[in-house]
Amino acid sequence: MSRRIVGPFNRVEGDLEVHLDIQDGEVRDAWVVSPLYRGFEQILHGKEPADALVYTPRICGICSVSQSMATAAALADAQGVEMPPNGRLALDLILANENIADHLTHFYLFFMPDFAREVYRGEPWYEDIATRFRAVTGSAGRQMLAARADWMHIMGILAGKWPHSLAIQPGGSSRPLEAQEQARVLSIVFAFRRFLEETLFGDSLDNVLAIDSRAALDAWLDARAPEHSDFTRFLHLARNLDLGTLGRASNLFMSYGVYGEPGRLLFRRGLWRDGELPFDPQRITEDHSHSWMAHGGAPRHPFEGVTVPDPDLQDGYTWCKAPRLDGEVVEVGALARQLVDGAPLIRDLAAGDGGNVRNRVVARLFEMARVVDAMEGWARALRPRDPFCEQREIPQETQGCGLTEAARGSLGHWLRIRNGRILNYQIIAPTTWNFSPRDASGVPGSLEQALVGAPVRKGEKDPVSVQHIVRSFDPCMVCTVH
Amino acid sequence: MPERGNGERMNLLWLQSGGCGGCTLSMLCAESPDLYTALDAAGIDLLWHPSLSEASGIELREVLEDIVGGKLRLDLLCLEGSVVTGPNDTGRFHMLAGTGRPMMDWIADLSARARYVIAVGTCATYGGITAAGDNPSGARGLQYDGRSHGGFLGPAFRGGAGLPVVNIAGCPTHPNWVTETLQQISLGLFGEAEMDELGRPRGYADHLVHHGCTRNEYYEYKASAEKPSDLGCMMENMGCLGTQAHADCNTRLWNGEGSCLRGGYACVNCTAPGFEEPGHQFTRTPKVAGIPVGLPTDMPKAWFVALASLSKAATPKRLKKNAVSDHIVVPLGSDRKERE
Repeated sequence: MSRRIVGPFNRVEGDLEVHLDIQDGEVRDAWVVSPLYRGFEQILHGKEPADALVYTPRICGICSVSQSMATAAALADAQGVEMPPNGRLALDLILANENIADHLTHFYLFFMPDFAREVYRGEPWYEDIATRFRAVTGSAGRQMLAARADWMHIMGILAGKWPHSLAIQPGGSSRPLEAQEQARVLSIVFAFRRFLEETLFGDSLDNVLAIDSRAALDAWLDARAPEHSDFTRFLHLARNLDLGTLGRASNLFMSYGVYGEPGRLLFRRGLWRDGELPFDPQRITEDHSHSWMAHGGAPRHPFEGVTVPDPDLQDGYTWCKAPRLDGEVVEVGALARQLVDGAPLIRDLAAGDGGNVRNRVVARLFEMARVVDAMEGWARALRPRDPFCEQREIPQETQGCGLTEAARGSLGHWLRIRNGRILNYQIIAPTTWNFSPRDASGVPGSLEQALVGAPVRKGEKDPVSVQHIVRSFDPCMVCTVH
Repeated sequence: MPERGNGERMNLLWLQSGGCGGCTLSMLCAESPDLYTALDAAGIDLLWHPSLSEASGIELREVLEDIVGGKLRLDLLCLEGSVVTGPNDTGRFHMLAGTGRPMMDWIADLSARARYVIAVGTCATYGGITAAGDNPSGARGLQYDGRSHGGFLGPAFRGGAGLPVVNIAGCPTHPNWVTETLQQISLGLFGEAEMDELGRPRGYADHLVHHGCTRNEYYEYKASAEKPSDLGCMMENMGCLGTQAHADCNTRLWNGEGSCLRGGYACVNCTAPGFEEPGHQFTRTPKVAGIPVGLPTDMPKAWFVALASLSKAATPKRLKKNAVSDHIVVPLGSDRKERE
């Protein structure tokens, strides 16, 4: 058995270290270390509640809007304010704009460049993949950046700028849209659909969305050359490298649900393990037993949560706390969202082999098609000259909870207000779930579980399989510990 | 004097510490040209960037050691995020993964080798958001702690080419603030004369956010917004600091077409040291006797008060009504028709 420390990882939005026990050519055990602590929950203590809208987006430059949405939802819950239909549509468009940009960034800039590594030079597909996806110099990078920048014009129109917008308010959006701006948003969505169809998928979104089973996906792929599109390139790789057997985690998937009115969400809220399970967010707790976080007594619900860092704690090995649902480890992200919502293709893929590198990536790309398709409907439904924002005072004594979905999974904020000031603000981010440490029972977090069994090639210093598994979660380390 | 560009390409090492990565993510929105083309046009090769490069783990550790050991030249060192010095000056709140060493020690060693040290974003320049509240992580700017000159590297620090730390402040930075500064450096056209009194590139810091604000007519007549989504000027009630903030956000738009003010919310003066602790709610203007405490840059108070009451008296009905509406309720020309 040999212990290896791998890091720094890059293309994970922040800093990350992983400790591995390796024996007989595979990973036997793993410990995930989040090495940066900034203390946002401490910073927010005592602040004016509305000021959270300035601070929390700055937790993260890639999930900035998601953080704003969670804060706005927590404040709305605390105030009892409901937003007008335009406000909801505008905020959904803003959030979807970020989430889709993040999926795109993940696929092209964070995940695929690992297949251009030297270790794969002997593979028959290497030349094509390396030419297309090599970090910085590959042909896909510049093409994708241009499409992404055009796409983000929706932020310019609806949110003023990205990241770190204050347009997202508890009662809706601060940015009323005029009719010609509505038309412009629609034309940007149309142009992005064209990029997805021509470059990413190599097929119409309608056809992609009609793929409803593993067999249908295989047939779709078999009818096309590997170089047909970036999606076929990935599926071909996944088949060649058996990415469907790499990186399985806990098999319990959670989504808070997102987009649309509560009760009528585009993606349902729920829990999935080979079938639907009842879901109660009240059953969420955070365990500090293996964190550098002071603890006393049993794990607490985030409304009662405490954040006091202590780097000298003996059993701690990360700044990340260990969130659990009813004591269990859950996986969050696009795969979880699509499983919970019941997308037939994704349920069929996961029925065989659960969460793995291939399924996580397929779910993310498939979700892009679903969301961009939906966005056209939201943009059409906007009613310029109708209200975009409701306004209400924040009570002196209250509390609120805001649950939303960032690109990489479930994001929750829990806020308590006393004497008109923030008494406690607790945040559980997607990668806090996925990259959590062990809990008091010694049960490892999702990534720690997913890394067990990862193959290590002869002479490899930083195993490439570990790179794929880590990045398949689309981690956001700056959110993980805030 | 800055070193003159001699056609040689420069290399760039980008590190992140106490920040959110938002300045990088913003930079990916660069347009005309895209980021990779902009860097190439500037003759800049990425030695390593945390979001963009292939190299990971041991490959990066070797690059860092080679620079510190003098085996590898370093032209441009960009730091995004503050220098994390806590707890108790140990730097343990950010140990660079895989190295067992505080990031602040790496930053000190690498800065000593770099020809140019560039702080990207208000965390790296002045401490920024990470220094808010009681500054729980001990966040410091590279050469400033808030307004106080010195910071982590000290007031006397100069990069190998002779410049103090270049402070591209902003939360986040506009993509062009970064790419154009890098290009100016690469061309040999960036010296101390191009930096303002807080080390910010004058290319954007010589402007006010107020310049080019589409709400200027409301400002002129003091027709003010009262709540989010109102169309009026946000200075009087909504906390807008656009008349004091050094940046060109309304003449050089964000994401192709936006700015904070165009997005319907206040400028929080994010390019300034200390913006993270305004001493009042960000989106509510503090007032004394009904007069906003923070007045437009260079404007005498008596003059402002006199002008404001004059313009308020002359405010056309169109602006008065539209200022507190979320769409134009009184179109252009209606005032004239009424008078006729």
